[in-house]
Amino acid sequence: MRLTSLLILALRSLSRNKLRSFLTMLGIIIGVGAVIAMLSVGQGAKDMVKTSIAGLGTNVINVFAGGGGPGSVRTEAGTSSKLTEEDVEAIGREAEAIRYITPTARSSAQIKYAGQNWRTSVYGAYPDYLLIRNWGLTAGAPYSTSDERGAAKVALIGQTVAKNLFGEGVDPIGQTIRIKNLPFKVVGVLESKGQGSFGNDQDDIVIAPFSTVQKKLIGATFAQTLIASAVSEESIPDASAQIDDILRRRFRLGPGDIPEYMIRTQTEIAQAAGSVSQTMTVLLSSIAGISLLVGGIGIMNIMLVSVTERTREIGIRLAVGAKGRDILLQFLVEAVVISFCGGLIGIAIGAGASTFLGSVQGWAVRVSPASIIVAFAFSAATGIFFGWYPARKAARLNPIDALRYE
Amino acid sequence: MAAPAIVSVRALAKTYQMGDVTVQALRKVDLDIAPGEFVAISGASGSGKSTFMNILGCLDAPTSGSYLLDGTEVESLSRDELSLVRNRKLGFVFQSFNLLSRTTALENVELPLLYRKDADPGKNRAKAMDALTAVGLGERVHHHPNQLSGGQQQRVAIARSMVNDPVLILADEPTGNLDTRSSIEIIGLFQGLNEKGITVVLVTHEPDIASYAGRLIVFRDGNVIRDERNAAPLRASEELAKLKPAGKLG
Ligand SMILES: Nc1ncnc2c1ncn2[C@@H]1O[C@H](COP(=O)(O)OP(=O)(O)OP(=O)(O)O)[C@@H](O)[C@H]1O
Ligand SMILES: [Mg+2]
Repeated sequence: MRLTSLLILALRSLSRNKLRSFLTMLGIIIGVGAVIAMLSVGQGAKDMVKTSIAGLGTNVINVFAGGGGPGSVRTEAGTSSKLTEEDVEAIGREAEAIRYITPTARSSAQIKYAGQNWRTSVYGAYPDYLLIRNWGLTAGAPYSTSDERGAAKVALIGQTVAKNLFGEGVDPIGQTIRIKNLPFKVVGVLESKGQGSFGNDQDDIVIAPFSTVQKKLIGATFAQTLIASAVSEESIPDASAQIDDILRRRFRLGPGDIPEYMIRTQTEIAQAAGSVSQTMTVLLSSIAGISLLVGGIGIMNIMLVSVTERTREIGIRLAVGAKGRDILLQFLVEAVVISFCGGLIGIAIGAGASTFLGSVQGWAVRVSPASIIVAFAFSAATGIFFGWYPARKAARLNPIDALRYE
Repeated sequence: MAAPAIVSVRALAKTYQMGDVTVQALRKVDLDIAPGEFVAISGASGSGKSTFMNILGCLDAPTSGSYLLDGTEVESLSRDELSLVRNRKLGFVFQSFNLLSRTTALENVELPLLYRKDADPGKNRAKAMDALTAVGLGERVHHHPNQLSGGQQQRVAIARSMVNDPVLILADEPTGNLDTRSSIEIIGLFQGLNEKGITVVLVTHEPDIASYAGRLIVFRDGNVIRDERNAAPLRASEELAKLKPAGKLG
């Protein structure tokens, strides 16, 4: 029999039992939908991690104060493992693999300008911070080392802050904003960096000299995080080891002691961000696998019922000269049409769902043609795999037994 | 025998094993049927007629014995070759019509043509139309079986059996479900096909129907007990004319 005749035959026989055909498709629809969502989210996450790694800066190493976790060693009374500007100085002096280093302090603060209010994060850091993070300005100039030394009340503002405080038509440069009611002069506006690794808005930020933030806004003497950059990508491991050496010496830690600080390189941070989407991908692919399996079993079940119901039809076809292969193909095509239609609907739903998920989660989700091909291949394969047994059963019937079947 | 037989069976036997019980449906049947014969088979219920017909129609295999169909040894054929034989050489008409219920008369008649390698949709349609016209159903081609009377359904089945130009048409009680008039009409169709040179073998319980055949074979307990020629078979067209006109044909 020709393929077109087989297709018409399959479509007619399926349209006779519309509800049943649809219910049979459901498993495949869910499975393929999940495959599409999985691939799209995975792709989107991959893209996002790539851009956010670049956004972190070049060859960045972070040193987080405290949080060595359980088992970390409390050093003897009087000594503290908190990070100070002296530590920064020591690292800057001694670690050859380090190009720039700055302490940072972060405070959440209310900012005011001419009746406008905005809550944002204020970062205190040395002017080198911008070099470490490859962060340029769209207007104004960075503050200077003397601003840093003199704890000057100057600030760089991110795009989101600029938009919300000043709106259109006002040049923020030279304006005075109030951070925790202290007047700060805006000296520059930062370039947009977009979304960060964890979906945060990197432009919702104010950067001011470290000394200013520490003394005037926080009132602490410690740095929360040190951010450094290595001289090259290859020297990142060296740089991280040198920082560890210097800090261990300064905190008088033995070789076996677990420090309270934590050193993370750019690659490690990117991996942490990637692992979130990794979990999501694993979850979705198991849903996809299970529903394709369940969907396939559903197809097999219905096809077995269909073969039994249509035993007499099979007998008639065999009696007028159908070969086993004709019967096999007839039922196989039917199974594949079910799974294919299911696949089609599943792709539509999967694409819709992942776009929705993307907009809710703020992920750049991409439905790629490759994922559609994969989904189609999966659904067709499911149809063939699970349709094979019932179809073969039909093809092996004896003409006379099939004709006599009541 | 002058012409080589179209059907030649030797020591044909069929036994059914039902648990402990062995049913001998056919015991050592020897029979030759020449091309162009019109054969009627009758016999008591359970005498093995249908079993015999199914074997002749290559729908069932004998337990032992040999069957030569149009020069081909049927026992040696594979499943697919048997399908090919059924498709090209044989036409089968059943008591219960055996039409596909959800397809039109035309599609039912086209069915054997679909399973030919040289299938061509346009030609298939034309051939099926011709066959339906020949059985007097040219007007009903798009009806479904459940929209047709028993006699009409059997005509569709006959059209289907003849559409592939078979050499042998086998009919197992084709008039079993029909009234006298429709029965004679159906027999008339078979006589027409027979006149074109197609060999016809039909099973019937009714002696009236058997008298339309040129040869009568009687089965009993799986054996042929009688095999006689009828020099002057009835002609369906003449008998129909004698019947009171009963409205329009069909
Ligand atoms: N599939 C089967 N399994 C077991 N026994 C069978 C089977 N088919 C037929 N038989 C037996 O074989 C014998 C012959 O049956 P068959 O159908 O050939 O008779 P028949 O002459 O066609 O009868 P009828 O005139 O009632 O149609 C019967 O005894 C029947 O019970
Ligand atoms: Mg019978």
